[in-house]
Amino acid sequence: MAFKIIVCAKQVPDTNEIKIDPIKKTLIREGVPSILNHDDANALEEALKIKDQYPDTHITVITMGPPQAKDLLIECMAMGADDGILLSDRALGGSDTWATSNAIAAAIGKLGGFDLIFAGRQAIDGDTAQVGPQIAEKLGIPQVTYVADFSIDSDMKHITVHRALEDGYEIIKIETPCMLTAIKELNTPRHMSIGGIFDAVKKDMPVWGAKDLGVDTDREVGLEASPTNVYRSFTPAPKGKGIVIEGDTDKELADRLLINLKKKHVI
Amino acid sequence: MDFQLTKEQEFVRKMVRKFAETEVEPIAADCDKEHRFPEETVKKMGEYGLLGVPFPKDVEGAGGDHISYAITVEELSRCCASTGVICSAHTSLCAWPIYAWGNEEQIKKYVPDLCSGRKLGAFGLTEPNAGTDAGGQQTRAEDMGDHWLLNGAKVFITNGGYADTFVVMAMTDKKKGTRGGISSFIVEKGFEGFSIGKTEDKMGICASSTTELIFQNCKVPKENILGNPGEGFKVAMSTLDGGRIGIASQALGIAQGAFDVTVEYMKSRKQFGKRLADMQALQFEMAEMKTRIDAARLLIYRAADMKDKHLKYGPASAMAKLYAAETAMYVTTKAVQFHGGYGYIKDYPVERMMRDAKITEIYEGTSEVQKMVIAADVFKK
Amino acid sequence: MAIEIIKEKCIGCKLCLKACPFEAIDMVGKLAVINEKCTACNQCIDVCKFSAIVKTEEAEGPVDLSAYKNVWVYAEQRAGKLMNVALELIGEGRRLAREISDDAKVYAVLVGNGISGLKTECFEYGADGVVMIEHPLLENFTTDGYTKVFFDAVNEYKPEIVLFGATHIGRDLAPRVAARLNTGLTADCTRLDVKVSSYVDYAKKNTTLDTSTLDPNSDDKGLKQTRPAFGGNLMATIICPRTRPQMATVRPGVMTRRERKPGAKGEVIVYNPSLGDSDIRTKIVEIVKSAKEIVSLTDADIICSGGRGLGDPSGFDLIKQFADKVGGVVGSSRAAVDAGWIDHSHQVGQTGTTVKPKIYFACGISGAIQHLAGMQTSDIIVAINKDPDAPIFEVADYGIVGDLYKVIPQIIAEWDSAEDLYEATLR
Repeated sequence: MAFKIIVCAKQVPDTNEIKIDPIKKTLIREGVPSILNHDDANALEEALKIKDQYPDTHITVITMGPPQAKDLLIECMAMGADDGILLSDRALGGSDTWATSNAIAAAIGKLGGFDLIFAGRQAIDGDTAQVGPQIAEKLGIPQVTYVADFSIDSDMKHITVHRALEDGYEIIKIETPCMLTAIKELNTPRHMSIGGIFDAVKKDMPVWGAKDLGVDTDREVGLEASPTNVYRSFTPAPKGKGIVIEGDTDKELADRLLINLKKKHVI
Repeated sequence: MDFQLTKEQEFVRKMVRKFAETEVEPIAADCDKEHRFPEETVKKMGEYGLLGVPFPKDVEGAGGDHISYAITVEELSRCCASTGVICSAHTSLCAWPIYAWGNEEQIKKYVPDLCSGRKLGAFGLTEPNAGTDAGGQQTRAEDMGDHWLLNGAKVFITNGGYADTFVVMAMTDKKKGTRGGISSFIVEKGFEGFSIGKTEDKMGICASSTTELIFQNCKVPKENILGNPGEGFKVAMSTLDGGRIGIASQALGIAQGAFDVTVEYMKSRKQFGKRLADMQALQFEMAEMKTRIDAARLLIYRAADMKDKHLKYGPASAMAKLYAAETAMYVTTKAVQFHGGYGYIKDYPVERMMRDAKITEIYEGTSEVQKMVIAADVFKK
Repeated sequence: MAIEIIKEKCIGCKLCLKACPFEAIDMVGKLAVINEKCTACNQCIDVCKFSAIVKTEEAEGPVDLSAYKNVWVYAEQRAGKLMNVALELIGEGRRLAREISDDAKVYAVLVGNGISGLKTECFEYGADGVVMIEHPLLENFTTDGYTKVFFDAVNEYKPEIVLFGATHIGRDLAPRVAARLNTGLTADCTRLDVKVSSYVDYAKKNTTLDTSTLDPNSDDKGLKQTRPAFGGNLMATIICPRTRPQMATVRPGVMTRRERKPGAKGEVIVYNPSLGDSDIRTKIVEIVKSAKEIVSLTDADIICSGGRGLGDPSGFDLIKQFADKVGGVVGSSRAAVDAGWIDHSHQVGQTGTTVKPKIYFACGISGAIQHLAGMQTSDIIVAINKDPDAPIFEVADYGIVGDLYKVIPQIIAEWDSAEDLYEATLR
């Protein structure tokens, strides 16, 4: 029996490349490349490391997104994943984290059994860190988030992880099946291999819609079913020209700087 | 006619660009400065399939095509031209002739190790007195019945100091001269009588290893002749036809790298109260550079495509190399100029790129040789 | 709720295409068409010059929203000590409760074992009441244990709003609780409002949002949860109109805690959780406290850099003290490296490392182009330099013209009282 790992991944715009149009105050998305979300790459890498050690491991990557998200699955397979499934359907569009986790949990259910699910802690476009735990909740399995170190016993059942905290870490024991969310401290993701690319492009990739998943498009997935909605959105006030801090004494200068930094919530 | 890259080719570019930016670029300046061969990078290139791109999977290649291979060398060279030529010399000049001219045993014995990067390859043709006139080989191979005995020396051999497998040309029948008198051999590091001579101190591509090869009564097993006796010149010339695609891609990568760095610099550098990027005189120069880079790219991909389709591509690859090399010199010289004083110091990579660019007009056939090849095709019959 | 294009008004100008952050608009002939990537974020509505894009409002949901009252904040404690964010949330929760109505209250929810002593602190920082949930199995945080008791308590008391600190624990617990309650959760909020009028005030002062479509006198009392997305390039305000409670995690350090009122008292609700060993499927073997690891320049949130203006190598002793105080990493300009004052590994710039910290302190750095190339995308740049004409001031958000040897020791001395200094300006 192969050890079955599911990796949840997301294609995201490279936020480092996103800029604000200084006049129209809108996001410039043109020419911004889509990339495999960073934490998700760590999630996949950890799965691949298990497969390096135990070749009888099967890795399926699941992603939800527009049809172009197939490219993400190609990338994951070119890194070494066995197969990929794309959840793509107009009816899934606009899902918030609750609805997204419904769709992905349904897809995982449809795949049948699994031993382990790896997801990235959060995606750089939304930074919510909610989908991983919410999938786990819907599947009724335990979770550890912020995983910074991972090891599994040779019984392929008992897992020990380090869960990063702000001021240290916890060592936690957990058993399969479970959900682990990865942070970048966990590992350094490998590259695609050239040979992997030529295999991956040829592979069949199932695309599942709401019907295939058997989810209710009024109550479980999509914009309408999502409990949260966007009320307004806007670009932050533009970074103004710098301020020269004035003051009569050095203490005054220091105090005024700190007040400004505090006001900006950066300290 | 289709000018779009395939999905595979797009992914190869994406992969190699990221590889180059994360693994190659950070050490490029240091390797150049210290004249250090980037062994650790070469090892990773092997693991990721960058050293066997245009070979099928059954010989542990990546199963790719020659455009993908050209993209690979281009993207590596965009960050580090030395790393680009390590890949090119290994792939085009060693793995390819063995795969194309070797018999089944030779392919099985040598090609998988080369494609996977377990072994690194090199090619020995040039001699102190046989450069552009490659026919004037003075290295001799004598048939000793159960083995060949090689005597002579090769110079300017790329990867020389780090290669395990060498394809070497030697005169087997002086009477027959260039055509029919030269044969090619597979020589392994460690063969009795084979040693590496001095390592050259070069103007550019300083992280690549360029050495002499010395053969003093070097014993080469009988079965290590590549192709039939007397076919050596054909092996060499067909190899160089393909090698030109690699060097042209290297030149293209250097030009693109210098161009990209210059665009970024022009966006941040201000003089006379405005960005260099806003000055029309410089914009026009950049437009010219971009156009030449794109023209070079199309010539290279066409030649690579012709090679994949088994068409006669010698003149096409010669044109690609001629034009790409000249473009690399043109672009890097301008790039240094646009950086002003900063371009002349080693804080910015453009001075390295300018030094690296020059070699592309020289090795694997000087620009003059490319013109000979192209002209010969123009005036044939 | 959805975004719709009024076909008759659309002229195919593509302004909305360019404005859409999600590539959710396609052109079909000369008509804009919304595709499945739409998140109803409204960006297109604002840019359309022809009023051709509208948002259709949703119908009222089936849940009886009026059954839910009060604001709960998760008063996160670790090893019997309240996290700062818990106190911040009590302050913020109290403000929100007062916006809802005069009789709405803020409750601090304390979960743990043997932590009843913490309730005093909660009261003193403004909690109207506390919900005590104690059990030996709640000694340390576990996802399973805390989720179960929190979920049960919410079901029993039905708070209208539940806030968590966006800590490593809050961000583990909140999504799990929200999923079990089948309600919405908004992550990492930096601003919360109940009244439309207070949202409008905030938006006018701090954002580019066109508030003309908002009615400050509206009786809408839903929680407006504002948060950054796309790496802070876009702000979104999220609502949770049909389900309760409305849940959010809130970024630590953003909300202001109230002044402590010693001796303050409040209501105590003791909730007895039902919890067994089998409910908790993870086992904590050890909790390791570690001093902040020495992070690389690339990963650092704060960088304190020194340059030629330090005058001599001993200047880096001060920079090091500065960095230690603020939890930052020491950087340098090329000039300081070339002078041999510090190792090249600290160099920021073209030939060194490219960095993007939250705060970059440039101390005695003039700002040569090769240095700027490596740090100008930092979130906040603070420049301290004697020369008022130094180019570094052109990229700095805050500039101090002065002697770094005098200013930096003052910053170090005052660093821990920044909160108080700031709060003093509010009064």
